[in-house]
Amino acid sequence: MKRLRIFLWGLVGLALFLFGLFAYQLTQPKDEFVESAMIGQPLPAFDLRPAIADRPGLSSADLADGNAKLVNIFASWCVPCRAEAPHLETLRMSGAEIVGIAIRDREEDVNRFLAVYGNPFTRIGADDISEVQLSLGSSGVPETFVVDGNGVITYQHIGDIRADDVAMILEKLREAGA
Amino acid sequence: MKRLIALLALVLAAPLAAQDSLPPAPYAYNQLEDPELERQAHDLMLTLRCLKCQSQSIADSDAPMAGDMRHQVRTRLAAGETPDQIRTWLIERYGDYVSYEPRVTATTWPLFVIPFVLLLIAGLIIRGRLTRKAPAQEGAE
Amino acid sequence: MIAEFGLAALWLAAALAGLQLFAGFMGLRPGGEGTAVLARPAALVQALLCGISFLVLLWLFARTDLSVALVAANSHSAKPLIFKLSGAWGNHEGSMLLWVTVMALAGGLIAFIERRLPEKTMLATLGSQAFVALGFYAFLLFSSNPFERLPVAPMEGNGLNPLLQDIGLAFHPPTLYFGYVGLSVAFSFVVGALLTRQVTPEFARVMRPWVLGAWCLLTVGITAGSYWAYYELGWGGWWFWDPVENASLMPWLAATALLHSVSVLAARDALRAWTVMLGVIAFSMSMVGTFLVRSGILTSVHAFAVDPERGSFILALLALNIGGALAIFATRAGTVAEGERFSVLSREGALVINNVALSAILGIVLLGTLYPLLTEAFDVRVSVGPPYFNPVSAIFLFPMLVVLAIGPILRWRGDSFARIRMPVISLGLLLLVSIIALWVITGIGILPLLGLALALVVAVGSLLPLRGRSLRRLPIAVWGMVIAHFGVAVALFGMASDTAFQQERLVAANIGDVVEVGPWSAQLESVTPVAGPNWTAIEASLTLFYEGKEVTTAHPQARSFWSPPTETSEVALTTRRNGQLYTALGNQAEDGRWQLRLWWKPFVTWIWFGGLLIALGGALALVGRVVGDIRRRVAGKKITDRKADQEALAAEAAS
Repeated sequence: MKRLRIFLWGLVGLALFLFGLFAYQLTQPKDEFVESAMIGQPLPAFDLRPAIADRPGLSSADLADGNAKLVNIFASWCVPCRAEAPHLETLRMSGAEIVGIAIRDREEDVNRFLAVYGNPFTRIGADDISEVQLSLGSSGVPETFVVDGNGVITYQHIGDIRADDVAMILEKLREAGA
Repeated sequence: MKRLIALLALVLAAPLAAQDSLPPAPYAYNQLEDPELERQAHDLMLTLRCLKCQSQSIADSDAPMAGDMRHQVRTRLAAGETPDQIRTWLIERYGDYVSYEPRVTATTWPLFVIPFVLLLIAGLIIRGRLTRKAPAQEGAE
Repeated sequence: MIAEFGLAALWLAAALAGLQLFAGFMGLRPGGEGTAVLARPAALVQALLCGISFLVLLWLFARTDLSVALVAANSHSAKPLIFKLSGAWGNHEGSMLLWVTVMALAGGLIAFIERRLPEKTMLATLGSQAFVALGFYAFLLFSSNPFERLPVAPMEGNGLNPLLQDIGLAFHPPTLYFGYVGLSVAFSFVVGALLTRQVTPEFARVMRPWVLGAWCLLTVGITAGSYWAYYELGWGGWWFWDPVENASLMPWLAATALLHSVSVLAARDALRAWTVMLGVIAFSMSMVGTFLVRSGILTSVHAFAVDPERGSFILALLALNIGGALAIFATRAGTVAEGERFSVLSREGALVINNVALSAILGIVLLGTLYPLLTEAFDVRVSVGPPYFNPVSAIFLFPMLVVLAIGPILRWRGDSFARIRMPVISLGLLLLVSIIALWVITGIGILPLLGLALALVVAVGSLLPLRGRSLRRLPIAVWGMVIAHFGVAVALFGMASDTAFQQERLVAANIGDVVEVGPWSAQLESVTPVAGPNWTAIEASLTLFYEGKEVTTAHPQARSFWSPPTETSEVALTTRRNGQLYTALGNQAEDGRWQLRLWWKPFVTWIWFGGLLIALGGALALVGRVVGDIRRRVAGKKITDRKADQEALAAEAAS
């Protein structure tokens, strides 16, 4: 009988632990984002052809030229990308150099998007089969990475950049050596 | 009227907004020539998570990113990488979340230890409840 | 007007549950008999009122009454009637109302039928049922009112997820709910018996049919859900170890162990603590499952409308009910503890092993399902899926299957090895030979190989109890056991066969191309647009050849619904005795070729056929026990009548 009681107390303990875990998780906001595990790692080697005629393509060598940059992963079919366009422009005017990777996009669609929402990019690479996106550990659009002058990823911002994110991104860029 | 609806169907069957218009990656929906490699690819894909879905493997999903991941799996296998190397490559990018096969790490060791503990407890309970001695009388059912 | 009527009925039912609880409580105290008499009628009227409330909801959906918020959010006037009705429970509030209704119906049924228990135990049982029900009534009425009105009725409803517009939706949730909530009866019985110190063989005989009934329905529900996912999701998978699937499996595992444990209690007055424990755990797992699915803390394909506030309410109910039951168990532990040891070669012994194995698998499934939740608390995200669940559960499942093959022929109390030597050795040889043969002939993995071999052994073993007995005189309950165990072998065979021998072909085909997979070839004849009541689709027409001979045609579709806009894949299934050809149509490539997906799945239908056999076995066992009990009661009455006559005669003779 003593064994039974011990076992029951064990069960009660397990139940309490589980309920505590459930209660805790209920208070946490549901985190749908998957963060990249490449923060702190050097960029994998890649070489993307130009997405539009007006801008050169993007390769990993371009991102290791000694200057910290922002890499913006976007697409013309991505709705939140439109919302973040003005803030990208603000970042560019504050001195940030922004390069873009267009995911699964046709040239005419990218041109149309940039004509309407502005073009803050110095370079745009075309990633037709999400290969570079996968190699960076990015799982959606839009996302923005801060890459330092040696080509090491230092920060990832998931989702569109809002007005209050601008200051923090500039700070991360400064930390990376811009 | 039915024909009008059917015609509308052709128009409406186009992809919906907020999806890309490029075709799927070459190996998203095509199998490898070598059946053994394709089997390995299939087994691996069943254990990799589609990151844009609620809870599906990349083998079970029509999402474009799942297709792109399938393309990566197949092309890398064809190029000579092993399934474990491909899985590691993805984990390096997305963390353990992307793999349905948990590794033994500092955070997951209970997953592997607790089944052994359960085995032990099961053994103890069975040993405590069963005895080799024949019963005093043999009863019919 | 009608909606308010339904709401009023629900409130009244809740009030009656309160009365039932009070009456049950009073029944346990000396002198409370006056109030206690109200318990049974309260349960009956509660069942009636709840039933009315649910019928009202069905009516509102059938008429697409858009002034009711639930109908507006989940229905559409263009939906076919059957799907309008099944839409009533295809949402959170409606399914909670179904839950509460089934609970009330179960309570009413016990009150109506059960006369064999001591009155106090009956009252304690009804009181416990009312206690649990009240919690869910409160949840419904205060936070998930299905009859809420909209201030302005919209022009049209939001429609229903097209994935759910399917005949499977008509069957899957109600059977599951009857199962889950049916287990609440076992829970209440166990709590009632604990409170009145009546955990006895007679109690076990009373509880057994209720457990069997709930378990039967749960088996059908899970089988239906698996088949539904198989043909609805378009990729031919039938089990993903998805959190919601696991949430339905865990109560089933506990209920399976419970129904075996109850048999031991009925036959040998043993395993009392196990029976009580499993009775509590089975319904607790139902409640945990409901919590996990509706709270939104786990990511799942079955995305219900989730809401952390609702989650908190259910969590509170969980803590109250499970905590309360365990507390009562702890205070009454003395009445159920017995440390009797069984012979290793006895049916009780085999059932102990069975209980332990099922509980261990339950533990594994719980661990794997909740582990990502635990690591998330430390900001680490992991995924636990089939590569973990399959091998780890196999560690406990495979030995259990070996015991299953022999267990049913063991005698109660004890057996001699000499008596069972022949069957044991033959089955052992069969196992060894099949493992070696499969290893040599096929190159399949270890898990499906062992699955196939064990399926064979269990199939033969399950028929052993028939040996040497007159088949016509066999009790129905024994037939039930044999068929259910045989069903396990059939289902296992299907699972292993599909896993090991499935073949897949993905192609981009032009009209006229022929695709081969396994013994089948399919020729793409045409791709045409087609329209339905609330959808339009592209349909492919395939001519199918089996081993070269033309057999039939298949018409897979890529379907587009417009409210809400969704695309689904409607697969075409062609079934033969030895398996299924599963065909699906994808998108058209830029060069005009159509994407076709074909699978050859040997013996895959045996999975669900086996599941239904298991449920059939359970139903037969239920019928057999009920018939047996009635016969025993009638015979018993005859004996007491005759005794009374004899005594009367003797008294007459003496006077």
